[in-house]
Amino acid sequence: MTGSGLGLSPRRWVLLGIALACALLWAAACSRTDADAPRVLNGAGATLPYPLYARWSAEYAKLDPKVRINYQSVGSGAGVRQVTDGVVDFGATDEPMSEGEIARAQGAVVHVPTTVGAVAITYNLPGEAPLRLTPDLVADIFLGVVARWDEPRLLAANPGRALPAAPITIVHRADGSGTSAAFTSYLSRTSDAWKSRVGTGTTPRFPVGVGVKGNEGVAAHVKQTPFTIGYLEVAHARLAGLPSAVVQNRSGAFVAPTIEALDSAARAAAAKPVHGQISLVDSDAPAAYPITALTYVVVPKDLRDAERGTAVAKFLWWAIHDGQRFARTLDYAELPPELVLRGESALRELRSGGHALLPAGG
Amino acid sequence: MAMGVSRTTSPAPAPPARADDRDPARLPIATADRAFEALGAACAILLGLVLVGVTAAVLLLARPSIARFGAAFVVGRTWDPVSGELGALPFLYGTAVTSAVALVLAVPVGLGVALFQSDLGPPALRRPIGVVVDLLAAIPSVVYGLWGALVLAPVLREIVEPALETYLGSLALFRGPKLGLGLLCAGLVLAIMILPTIATIAREVLRAVPTELREGGLALGATRWEVVRRIVLPHARSGITGAVLLGFGRAVGETMAVAMVVGSRAEIGSSLFAPGYTLSSVLANEFSHATSELHVAALAELGLILFVVSLAFNVGARLLVARAARRATSTTAMVAPR
Repeated sequence: MTGSGLGLSPRRWVLLGIALACALLWAAACSRTDADAPRVLNGAGATLPYPLYARWSAEYAKLDPKVRINYQSVGSGAGVRQVTDGVVDFGATDEPMSEGEIARAQGAVVHVPTTVGAVAITYNLPGEAPLRLTPDLVADIFLGVVARWDEPRLLAANPGRALPAAPITIVHRADGSGTSAAFTSYLSRTSDAWKSRVGTGTTPRFPVGVGVKGNEGVAAHVKQTPFTIGYLEVAHARLAGLPSAVVQNRSGAFVAPTIEALDSAARAAAAKPVHGQISLVDSDAPAAYPITALTYVVVPKDLRDAERGTAVAKFLWWAIHDGQRFARTLDYAELPPELVLRGESALRELRSGGHALLPAGG
Repeated sequence: MAMGVSRTTSPAPAPPARADDRDPARLPIATADRAFEALGAACAILLGLVLVGVTAAVLLLARPSIARFGAAFVVGRTWDPVSGELGALPFLYGTAVTSAVALVLAVPVGLGVALFQSDLGPPALRRPIGVVVDLLAAIPSVVYGLWGALVLAPVLREIVEPALETYLGSLALFRGPKLGLGLLCAGLVLAIMILPTIATIAREVLRAVPTELREGGLALGATRWEVVRRIVLPHARSGITGAVLLGFGRAVGETMAVAMVVGSRAEIGSSLFAPGYTLSSVLANEFSHATSELHVAALAELGLILFVVSLAFNVGARLLVARAARRATSTTAMVAPR
């Protein structure tokens, strides 16, 4: 280096020019390959079905390498908001969109039911026998009304099971979550006190307890802390080797969150001739687990881009048919045939410029 | 950061050539200088614009909440996104308490480490200790969080908190249900995280105290302790205060580790064992799932408060450290606070 180094020698100018040219060429090369790159379909929303959607994304990429599904589990509310704003191709939500939300969306939307998930109530107590809980007990424990494990009402619901003389510690989600929404939606349905004091939402204000982040966080904290009780998505309870409480359903039976119990709730709801959207929470089927949620994908009915729209419709068609076989391995229930039919008719409603995106026969 | 560089730029080894003697293909030196100056100015202005832009964007996002709650937001004790009743006080309280616990624990230790390196320790040990402190600063905060939640929390619940209640239970601070996760746990994790900040800056400030002062004290027959107590510490006082403030600033802003161990309850209790919530951790937890406009706006307003608090502490700390550095006559003294 000569002199003060502030000026550039001719050779350096040439080098700089070459570097710039290379950068431009590289950028041009990148933009050229964009045309051959797979079409990315963006989805966002519920966290409850995220493990299944992630699996679908991976499996669908093998099937149709031209399409990539990019799903962000940002929560049901954000999913609805983003699909309403046209930020993503499809939104995912554990709750059907409300009238108000549909009104805010520009144009109509269709709901495609995708899978059935459940929220398990897990706990850390000595003893093998599963904890038995009535809906009132679930609400009162999470409200802090039943504050000790040896309260008479808990003992009465668990004849023959020893319960420790210890205070109950509630563990709840600290981050916003579809699991919290599904759980509080159940509690609001079964308990008026819960409905008026806490309500339903992704970030409810729990009256008692300690908040931790994520299903994994709840699992870890319950596992390491004696006398805790918490709620989490069923698959996470099983993965962590945590017990699940059996919860009394509306017809009086105590049911564990098995896939069969989820199936039962889904079939019972699907069999009913309901207009509008279906809810699986607090089902009255005898074998149904009560804290069960049907989760949906929401797509605008009228799509501007026909090619993208068709790709979305095809992916969802695959998801509610062949995609269902991945549900069980991840602790979700397969959609019962009635709900698959509902999904099919919803997908056939999709239009672009007045033309149906899927042929009438599928 | 690099204050004083202009004073020390070394002259070019060769006598400066006149512009017309130089290689004609070169840019005239004056042009190059001007271009370089303009580039630097552009970078500096850009930085300022980013700061203003971020503030403006957050302010805009927070507007619905500011309009709805006004000043009552800062003293509101309830945080209930479902009902739309939102107040910042529990987060201010949680932030203040966890940061205070962290300072109470980290300041004596950090100062001890710094003194060990500047005055007390055997020279052979000073450098290794410095390396260990720097390594502590290099651990990502999520790792601290994981360690806090999985290792520290059970220890607190089973051993430390029962012991504290036994011996100090007469204070409301050390009573209550022992959960492990909570304000105390967050304060402890923060203490470890801000230790390197305090120790490194205090060390630099202490080293900047002129050797002549120390030698003078020793020559007058003072013990080493007396030199530290009467000469070194008073001389470095404002710099040490700056180090403490910078540590405090880091504790206030720390997000991930705190979110994992603080217990996430927007409540004001009297016990350190109780779960709490801080400004930064509620942002991390709830922002991505906030659905109502008001909830998003209130979170943005919390962000704004956090921004103002951190900025105030950082500016204050930097002023103090800079003053300490100016006071030190030694030319080697230049603190580079991170």
